[in-house]
Amino acid sequence: MSGNIELLNSTLAAARAENRAALVGYLPAGFPTVDDGVRAVTAMLEGGCDVVEVGLPHSDPVLDGPVIQTADDIALRGGVKIVDVLRTVRDAHAATGAPVLVMTYWNPVDAYGVERFAADLAEAGGAGCILPDLPVEESEVWRKAAEQHGLATVFVVAPSSRDDRLARITAAGTGFVYAASLMGVTGTRESVGHEAQELVRRTRAVTELPVCVGLGVSDAAQAAEVAQFADGVIVGSAFVKRLLAAPDLEAGLTAVRALAGELAQGVRKRA
Amino acid sequence: MSSEFFIPDPEGHIPSAEGYFGAFGGKFIPEALVAAVDEVAVEYEKAKADPAFAAELNDLLVNYTGRPSALTEVPRFAAHAGGARVFLKREDLNHTGSHKINNVLGQALLTKRMGKTRVIAETGAGQHGVATATACALFGLECTIYMGEVDTERQALNVARMRMLGAEVIAVKSGSRTLKDAINEAFRDWVANVDRTHYLFGTVAGPHPFPQLVRDFHRVIGVEARRQILERAGRLPDAAVACVGGGSNAIGLFHAFLPDTGVRLIGCEAGGHGLASGEHAATLAAGTPGILHGSRSYVLQDEDGQITEPYSISAGLDYPGIGPEHSYLKDAGRAEYRAVTDDEAMQALRLLSRTEGIIPAIESAHALAGALDLGRELGEDGLILVNLSGRGDKDMDTAARYFGLYDATEGAAK
Repeated sequence: MSGNIELLNSTLAAARAENRAALVGYLPAGFPTVDDGVRAVTAMLEGGCDVVEVGLPHSDPVLDGPVIQTADDIALRGGVKIVDVLRTVRDAHAATGAPVLVMTYWNPVDAYGVERFAADLAEAGGAGCILPDLPVEESEVWRKAAEQHGLATVFVVAPSSRDDRLARITAAGTGFVYAASLMGVTGTRESVGHEAQELVRRTRAVTELPVCVGLGVSDAAQAAEVAQFADGVIVGSAFVKRLLAAPDLEAGLTAVRALAGELAQGVRKRA
Repeated sequence: MSSEFFIPDPEGHIPSAEGYFGAFGGKFIPEALVAAVDEVAVEYEKAKADPAFAAELNDLLVNYTGRPSALTEVPRFAAHAGGARVFLKREDLNHTGSHKINNVLGQALLTKRMGKTRVIAETGAGQHGVATATACALFGLECTIYMGEVDTERQALNVARMRMLGAEVIAVKSGSRTLKDAINEAFRDWVANVDRTHYLFGTVAGPHPFPQLVRDFHRVIGVEARRQILERAGRLPDAAVACVGGGSNAIGLFHAFLPDTGVRLIGCEAGGHGLASGEHAATLAAGTPGILHGSRSYVLQDEDGQITEPYSISAGLDYPGIGPEHSYLKDAGRAEYRAVTDDEAMQALRLLSRTEGIIPAIESAHALAGALDLGRELGEDGLILVNLSGRGDKDMDTAARYFGLYDATEGAAK
């Protein structure tokens, strides 16, 4: 069974055709439990996200700030396994028909088996994978498996990426390019700086792929700001925060849906 | 351009362009760090070609660190090792009290060459943190040290030393609150502050080029020891023994002996409460290949690739990974790795203290315990070289509690 890379491509193209940015939401699987995590991911899509990334919680999330670390901890203490992550992808995609990617550190994929992970993710209806600690130089084995199974390989670029690397990375990537808005780990920020706009400009110069901006975006105003210059806006920690702050699951789901709705309005405010 | 004490690039043991020693190594890092890690590699190559770099490092190693370090024969200790002769390479006598200073001075000079003004580092036992804080004081660099909260408690003396030297020490409260988590937090800092910050990595793990350059800065240990033992014993040892956490002191000792195929290279891992208990840090004995902290090597992990929490009484060995060159040497059969339990290490610590008047670090005591076993295997004709990688002052609180020294109940308790 082939993965849903074409669904991802057409979803991003549809947003572009509407002259707006796409909204990409992130939540880790298994948070707060596997079943409730499925509901939370589904709520992001129902609330207005076009695409979601399901995080594979990791024992050593070196690129994540305290908010996602906390969610990963809760998920891992609850016993979340890779099969649960795949089930989250399957159930969220089945419930909404939307493109669902997995975002994961490389070691879990390596341990699970590269070919096996790609096959199982495609079979679950997944659209692709974001592998933030797998540099393009080490990615050939994964890319072959992803291509064979109809999965996108989304690479991250950073403000520190030189132009020659941007060309090399984007030539290897599919789906979209994840542009890190700043030098740092995940987490909400007061503002998204000029670095992001400059990085998107430099990335667009070397690729036709949509460029989505992540790291630090937390509210509708920031989403609207980023939507001025990017093809997509990626929001993660802000969703996790809503769930962490809620008194119970139903309140959390309501808050997630509401945030997705506000952000969806934000990405439609292009001047 | 090498010097007497800086001897990089051993023939036949330079990693591939991608940073691999056989199947192990590489560079598994976020894109945000690629430019910085590449800059370290480029600057290191330039430094190696610059006679002024070798000369400055050489001067520091002699006149600041106190190299060459002594080689001490320990016959009263060796009487418990089946009568084999035992020599200790005294890295504990270096300035700051361990081998760590060798690497730190080299990387501190690189930091200056790169024009960076701030240094961060991880530390387990605090020896690397103290050495880094020392070099930063010497060179006027801003210094932040990440240390697991568990380790700040069991190595409180070293926390005080780092702060006395002007470093900021941050107690890391995530995960197992030990060395692994300190490295995670240091990477998070580096991603955010990479423009002006060098991550002065403390062991032969991490992304390429760290396993290579940290090794090169420590090769002096084995080069000196090989020359010294030939002079003193008239022959090469039957075995060279060192403790391994990340593996820096061991690789430093082993490397000069790699071509000497008659010399067994033996790394002693932290066996904690025993391999069967599951509470240990014996990565090579019980781990499987995976990726942790930027390179492929053996790691302690579950079937989903989640890193499992290690345990050791020794903060410096309490790490679920290992430098990639050790994984290569293990699979190639050139080095052997054994697990030494907490109890065996602590007994060896006390034995060396009482027979030779040398109090070793708990880390180094793992190598001493390994040497006791090995001596019994080799018998009276055996000749063993042990790297005494650090001194034990920092461990007196742990040792006093372990042996009941505070209330003079020793012997009854153990």
